[in-house]
Amino acid sequence: MLEEKPVTDTQTQAPSRQMNMIEAINDALGVMMARDPDIVILGEDVGYFGGVFRATAGLQKKFGRNRVFDAPINECGIIGAAVGMAAYGLRPVPEIQFADYIYPGLDQLVSEAARMRYRSAGEFTAPITIRSPFGGGIFGGQTHSQSPEAMFTHVAGLKTVIPATPYDAKGLLIAAIEDNDPVMFFEPKRIYNGPFGGDYDKPSRTWKGHPGGEVPEGYYKIPLGKARIVREGEALTVLAYGTMIHVAEAVLADKGIDAEIIDLRSLVPLDIETVEKSVQKTGKCLVIHEATRTSGFGAELVTLVQERCFYHLEAPVERVTGFDTPYPHSLEWAYFPGPVRIGEAVDRLMKD
Amino acid sequence: MAEGPVEKGVVRGNLPPLELYVPEPKYRPGDVVDYSHLPVPPAGLLARPDEACPASETWPLTLDMVRVLDEDDKAVGAWNPGLDPETLRRMLRTMALTRAFDDRMYRSQRQGKTSFYMKCTGEEAISVACAMALAGDDMVFPSYRQQGILISRGYPLVDMINQIYSNRADPLKGRQLPIMYSAKDYGFFSISGNLATQFPQAVGWAMASAIKGDTRIATAFIGEGSSAEGDFHAAMTFAAVYNAPVVLHVVNNQWAISSFSGFAGAERTTFAARATGYGIAGLRVDGNDALAVYAAMEWAANRARANQGPTLIEHFTYRAEGHSTSDDPSAYRSAQEREEWPLGDPIMRLKKHLIALGEWSEEQQETMDRELVEQVKVATKDAEKNGILGHGMHHPFHTMFEDVFEELPWHLEEQAAQAMRERGIKWPEWKERDDA
Repeated sequence: MLEEKPVTDTQTQAPSRQMNMIEAINDALGVMMARDPDIVILGEDVGYFGGVFRATAGLQKKFGRNRVFDAPINECGIIGAAVGMAAYGLRPVPEIQFADYIYPGLDQLVSEAARMRYRSAGEFTAPITIRSPFGGGIFGGQTHSQSPEAMFTHVAGLKTVIPATPYDAKGLLIAAIEDNDPVMFFEPKRIYNGPFGGDYDKPSRTWKGHPGGEVPEGYYKIPLGKARIVREGEALTVLAYGTMIHVAEAVLADKGIDAEIIDLRSLVPLDIETVEKSVQKTGKCLVIHEATRTSGFGAELVTLVQERCFYHLEAPVERVTGFDTPYPHSLEWAYFPGPVRIGEAVDRLMKD
Repeated sequence: MAEGPVEKGVVRGNLPPLELYVPEPKYRPGDVVDYSHLPVPPAGLLARPDEACPASETWPLTLDMVRVLDEDDKAVGAWNPGLDPETLRRMLRTMALTRAFDDRMYRSQRQGKTSFYMKCTGEEAISVACAMALAGDDMVFPSYRQQGILISRGYPLVDMINQIYSNRADPLKGRQLPIMYSAKDYGFFSISGNLATQFPQAVGWAMASAIKGDTRIATAFIGEGSSAEGDFHAAMTFAAVYNAPVVLHVVNNQWAISSFSGFAGAERTTFAARATGYGIAGLRVDGNDALAVYAAMEWAANRARANQGPTLIEHFTYRAEGHSTSDDPSAYRSAQEREEWPLGDPIMRLKKHLIALGEWSEEQQETMDRELVEQVKVATKDAEKNGILGHGMHHPFHTMFEDVFEELPWHLEEQAAQAMRERGIKWPEWKERDDA
């Protein structure tokens, strides 16, 4: 396994402790609710029970039912109410239980939250962070596995953030909550409990011993729009986020390739400088995401690299993605863009 | 029992085949209109339950109609809000001002000074009386036909017109379709062209007010047509679940562009009756009776402010004009509908009431109308100094990219630079105004 160094963006001298991603998210929410009385959490099962993935465990007990409460099974209402709460002056952090469930709330998100600042010329804003577990690899079938991030990066006025480690999850979530614009915060649920190298048949790992699992106590934040260089390298640039960071790391380590792996962390805003600098250095680029291929965020990344790094490229930019099908239940591991699919693309890139 | 795959149902004895029912309005262009089927209960008959009553006690009121002004122009019954003549005259004046404003803006659109306008003719009582019954700091989530609320709250007419013209002084920087106002300082939420979205938002605002232990309530307006949206169900469910201090209005003006209220379910029950299934108080009101509207809003606002929960109010009214300047109602409904409308004209009814009280006269009405026309004319002239829509292009190009986010990310800066380059090529003489 390659060494991974956490990047400390807001210097914090606080002692750290081992956390998985859920604990880091729970910690971020607790830290922020204690700092800002205007933060409220609403969503299905988030109150007494603490959420189906336990991300809000203990928060209702600590901050009261007025600030952490269950919502009806109605995503239009959850996001619509959050827009109204934000107009009042609160800073809601709704949870959508699975990213797959977000579509009933799409109008409130796309036509309302995303445009509020623009259409009211700044009179009303929507400082809302929508947390939602996304991605597959947990036998969730087609309605608990999707990666819909590109639907949101396509919307003017929304930011889209995806962490790949517990350390990043906490720092990015704090930054997202403090951001005065609506932020989609997609949590790769396959790596809630540990990094995943893409081999479903190998024993699963925990975050223990992974540098990204060391999470400082208290407040710190990682600015949105700042990528993380997971590993520096000369041979090839890999652009990925979420679960696929860990899969890419494992595959390239296995192949012994000196790749530069970039965790984008936020898709909008995108850290284009880090991307450009890396591709101009390596001359080769591989884009990886778990989401479906056609019109995926990979298409955007490939285009940007082509527009900005064309004369540095030594090979066509490669794109590894999920297939353009719904996420199948029993054929999950045939769908997942795992080591074989990534390995083939790497071989094509490296063949000369 | 069918064997094998079923492609078509078997014949079931004497049962006739299934039939789809597609609603059809009673009258189409050229038809003679007869409203005798439409029950108009006498004013003053209905009891006014305690504002803290169980929601279920309002059930009869959701099927009937709260009316205060009777055939003799008197205010009668338990729902009479007992307003003093000065307040009544202010109400009348604001309604008449709203109509004068609409008439002028409609003409401006026809003269090509802007792209679009929407009148609220015949519905003035709803906005104006509701605004007057609310506290000034209560939050309104309007639809596009509540200009009367902005006018009631004293928002400058000139700024409304600036917005309608998308001119240099448009507070919304020319970004919104005309009449999609936003006026935070006046407790008036940014209007959306996507219908009914404001309903759950108002509930969320009200929930926030309750979370913070505030005293302000929220209120929202939608048309009967968009009550069919899922947002209506979301709002009603959230309002009921959290007992939110919110008053939700359905303005039933019978028409959603060319679709009559039957396409929102009006043939099956009233819109107010929907409150019952959610356990919310409901009131059905003569929307052309300003005193009934005021009384209903006051009842519901008091109820909400006392933590007694939300209310759904249906205002039964008629959209006297087209949906917008882009609509021609003569293509789908009978012109007689407006003439025969049994609930009359809200401004005329309030005027007659004031005259019956001995507090107003036809001469005073004429004088007032002349003053209001002049007031709107002056505001229009003032606004026109800031430009009319024309070909648009009143705002610095960079403003197109601002407010998408709080800060411009690199990709918007790059696109802004592209827009500036195009400007240099296409409009080399372009000068951006410093004061815009």
